[in-house]
Amino acid sequence: MAVPVAAVPSTGAEPDRQSFKPDLERIEIELLLEGIFRHYGFDFRAYAYASIRRRLWKRIEEEGLSSVSALQERVLHDPEMMEKLLLDLSINVTSMFRDPGFYQTFREHVVPLLRTYPFIRLWHAGCSTGEEVYSMAILLREEGLYDRSRIYATDINEVVLQRAKAGIFPLERMQEYTDNYMRAGGKRSFSEYYTAKYGGALFDQSLTKNVVFSQHNLVTDRSFSEFNVILCRNVLIYFDKTLQSKVHGLFYDSLAMFGVLGLGSKETLRFMAHEECYQQIAPPEKIFRKVR
Amino acid sequence: MPYSVVGIGTSWGGLAAMRKLLSDLPADFSLPVVVVQHRGKDSDQLLTELLQDATDLTVCEVEDKDPLMPGRVHVAPANYHILIEAGHLSLTIEEPVRFSRPSIDVMLSSAADTYGKGAIGVVLTGANEDGARGLADIVKLGGRALVQDPRTAEIPIMPDAAVKAVPSAEVLPLEALAPRLVALSHEREKAGARRAV
Ligand SMILES: C[S@@+](CC[C@H](N)C(=O)[O-])C[C@H]1O[C@@H](n2cnc3c(N)ncnc32)[C@H](O)[C@@H]1O
Repeated sequence: MAVPVAAVPSTGAEPDRQSFKPDLERIEIELLLEGIFRHYGFDFRAYAYASIRRRLWKRIEEEGLSSVSALQERVLHDPEMMEKLLLDLSINVTSMFRDPGFYQTFREHVVPLLRTYPFIRLWHAGCSTGEEVYSMAILLREEGLYDRSRIYATDINEVVLQRAKAGIFPLERMQEYTDNYMRAGGKRSFSEYYTAKYGGALFDQSLTKNVVFSQHNLVTDRSFSEFNVILCRNVLIYFDKTLQSKVHGLFYDSLAMFGVLGLGSKETLRFMAHEECYQQIAPPEKIFRKVR
Repeated sequence: MPYSVVGIGTSWGGLAAMRKLLSDLPADFSLPVVVVQHRGKDSDQLLTELLQDATDLTVCEVEDKDPLMPGRVHVAPANYHILIEAGHLSLTIEEPVRFSRPSIDVMLSSAADTYGKGAIGVVLTGANEDGARGLADIVKLGGRALVQDPRTAEIPIMPDAAVKAVPSAEVLPLEALAPRLVALSHEREKAGARRAV
């Protein structure tokens, strides 16, 4: 079989390729995901298949196993294995001010709208370790809007939320982030926002004064409030189209009229049931306004 | 038709090579083509435009879940991996693989997993070894491997690595690759062409 490339073992423990049966593997994967859902409540059944498959094989090989079924046995009987797998399946890669053009456009086109509100509620769905949340908090503060904002930052994964709360990010990435920050229209010196501490860059804790971090699963949990801004970037790419459409329903229901939805730079509303309900504010940036 | 998708990977020197290859494909080429060209994380649509200028086929930078279209050239966007799924493309921002995002290996392996015998992988000029592993996966699952003759490549490292990993690959000069792809696209149904899972 074609082992996901990131995880090809060098030990010669490769599964027998001649006997690889993709249809059988698909059955194994579906059974595993069904088992995880019924036993642990995490519903990965409608995630994009190729990515799930890669991540499962990463875990299978790290554990020295040789099939999805073997992993199933371990996961269902060992909650610690489930925790590891949860980290594998919820891909937590993120950065500060990723796609600077997005933040630049947000400043130019969304901030003026937000200025007309006495109070602003934002939802960061799938916030991972929080880099985006701190980025947005910095932007809002520089625009003089932070004090009347409240940010709800959620993720399926409790472990990354703890990291987000701590607000310590790798020092070695500060140069990249400084560059992004400037291109995103940053108005100050980026280094004002952090101090080197605890072996990392500790961000100004007042940036999270108005932030609530909490666990929320986009697949199985409901809407929990009404928002003026929802940001969900590079999360829906991990879902299949049917699930994407369902989660867009959740976002639609959670957005106030004329509220703003921000997606990742390669995500679209095309073919979604709610496509007609939004206007793209400033193409090509994926920032949409709910208009009906 | 036995083949369902063509995946092409290239790096250093790849723009000229890709433009040549695409300009040699006829407007009625019947397979979807997925291109991974290594590029800077902030590079814009310029690559897509330069490729479009060279060909009659439609060239698009991929957005998540774009359907695979016959005769369409789907270009991986900067800073995302691309995964070939049954009938469409998915994106992921997981870690770079061997320093690359997009990674040629990731794209070719996913073509193998999804289309098996129906996948064709092509590796062109480049200064690293990305693509070799993915091409090997394609061949292991019964698909086809084509490699630009390293002697005709601007930088031979990538095609060299691919040939080493896949000794059975067809090694062809740049100008012979498009005609070979056209011939493969015309091959009639043979027994056992695997349907996409
Ligand atoms: C690749 S990160 C994106 C982080 C950030 N938004 C960005 O674009 O840089 C994807 C995040 O989505 C989260 N996620 C995956 N499935 C989820 C679900 N069902 N509900 C909530 N969050 C989920 C993962 O835990 C992960 O932190």
